Amino acid sequence: MGDPLYAGGIGLTVVLVTLLKVLVTFVLLLVATMFMVWFERKIVADMQHRIGPNRAGPWGLLQTLADGTKLFFKEDLLPDRADRIVFRLAPVLAVVPAFLAFAIVPIGGNFAEGGTVSMFGRETFLQLADPPVGVLFFLAMSGIGVYGVMLAGWSSGSKYPLLGGVRATAQIVSYEAALGLSLASVILVNGTLSTHQIVAEQAGAGFGGIIPNWNLVVTGVVPAIIFLIAGTAELNRPPFDLVEAEQELVGGFNTEYSSIRFALFFLAEFMNTVTMSALVVTLFLGGPSGPVWGPEPVRTWFFPIFWFLLKLVVFLFVFVWFRGTLPRLRYDQLMDLGWKALIPLALGWFLLLGAVRVARNEGWNLVVTFGAITVVVVVAVTLLNLSLRAAQRQRLADAEVNA
Amino acid sequence: MEFVVFLIAGAIVVGGAIGVLAFANPVHAALSLVATLFGVAVLFVAQNAQFLAAVQVIVYAGAIVVLFLFVIMLLGVDRSDDLRVEPIVGQRPLALLAGVGVLAASLVAVLSAGGSTATRTVRSTAVAIPTEEPDVTSLGRLLFTDHVLALEITAILLTVAVVGAVVLARRPGRDEPSVEADVEAEA
Repeated sequence: MGDPLYAGGIGLTVVLVTLLKVLVTFVLLLVATMFMVWFERKIVADMQHRIGPNRAGPWGLLQTLADGTKLFFKEDLLPDRADRIVFRLAPVLAVVPAFLAFAIVPIGGNFAEGGTVSMFGRETFLQLADPPVGVLFFLAMSGIGVYGVMLAGWSSGSKYPLLGGVRATAQIVSYEAALGLSLASVILVNGTLSTHQIVAEQAGAGFGGIIPNWNLVVTGVVPAIIFLIAGTAELNRPPFDLVEAEQELVGGFNTEYSSIRFALFFLAEFMNTVTMSALVVTLFLGGPSGPVWGPEPVRTWFFPIFWFLLKLVVFLFVFVWFRGTLPRLRYDQLMDLGWKALIPLALGWFLLLGAVRVARNEGWNLVVTFGAITVVVVVAVTLLNLSLRAAQRQRLADAEVNA
Repeated sequence: MEFVVFLIAGAIVVGGAIGVLAFANPVHAALSLVATLFGVAVLFVAQNAQFLAAVQVIVYAGAIVVLFLFVIMLLGVDRSDDLRVEPIVGQRPLALLAGVGVLAASLVAVLSAGGSTATRTVRSTAVAIPTEEPDVTSLGRLLFTDHVLALEITAILLTVAVVGAVVLARRPGRDEPSVEADVEAEA
């Protein structure tokens, strides 16, 4: 258990390898973010029949760098009514968890052979850290990320940021429940919290040797979809970007920010997007697993990283696609979707997976089990629907009385 | 090494706690509380209780204090209240008394149970959890075997709290009996 790098005590090589991994993770995340900003602008431009950035560097690839430099040298404003300390603290609270969350993502390693690579004669995982509570670490970091947005909204001492901050808090706290519950299905099936173990569980061949043994299949697609939706809401990305809805809130929580502090929020947002995509890949699509060929360095280094990056780009594209095609939700629709659709569905699916698992372990009759499950599901859905309709009727009646 | 971690985390915990009391602005006080919770999480990690540390951050820092802040922001009580007004008469002397009492009790507990370094080392090796098993597994096993009754009672308590919150939060719109009216409408 745990990274074999630390099994034999901590020497100079171990420290150096760890430092190298820190550096690579940091740079990789920054480069991925830079690429993601460009990618998003290009794709959205294509979807809207525009050209998009095409001036700085080949195909406009260096546009983000130019924008970053520009932001760096702009004047840093501090509003008169701002809370000085918290106003300065908020961007940092947004960026630091965004960096840390990526540390638990396995970005390579051939998991058919233990998932390790050798670096300077040491076997190690290709991920910065593999804490035994890896997935919870991610949840904790995204929970801390809320503070950045919320405090930015509050400390600006102005009403649009405050409204944006309040919206953000409500939204993120609501969708964290759905996110956690869909994660619970993965944890139940894999029986571990460590991201490395989760990927290792998905490594072998699955059904008929053709369909991969990914959690996407094993948990039955629903948790993956819930995770993707809740993740998009967690990121405040369209169609869940009420936090910074330009038409209503000027710019939302970051209205009063300028210069490098604004850039930090921007950076955090895109880093979170990259991390969330990486997590979807890790949890549901087997992370770096995929067919590998060739001699030693190619087989353990090149292919896993290639597969990981390929899957990552697919999900980054999905996030941009959402933005390019979906209209923003209304606030009540957002809350309805979170509380009345995603959370009951995620919880029900979790119970279902648990029931199937117990039935298989105890050797119960499959037909009886599935019959019972169907009955329970029908009853539960009917009850939920009835209660929702009753609540809605009452709300309408209340509105009539009050009007 | 562990001692250094303890010193730093302990300083953060105590500093945060003092901050909660000292800051006049409720938002600053809530942020100090977050610092305290973080310090405690670090102490958990130092004791190899990673699961508790993660849950500490997710539940307390990520949800409860966020809700505190949410309420503070929504109610707009961020302009520091006048601290000279005492809302309940006699509250402060009683609070002081209770605080001193709790401090004394915990000091007595620590000093009487702490003993010499020798007994402490013996106890810590005796209680040590087998390291091959992640702490989540052992915690889960304990919760669902020895302490299952307490767990279930806590679950019921939480459910009651949720139902109570919903009932209290519901705006009394038209005259109460809504369920019967719905049944009649159905029929």
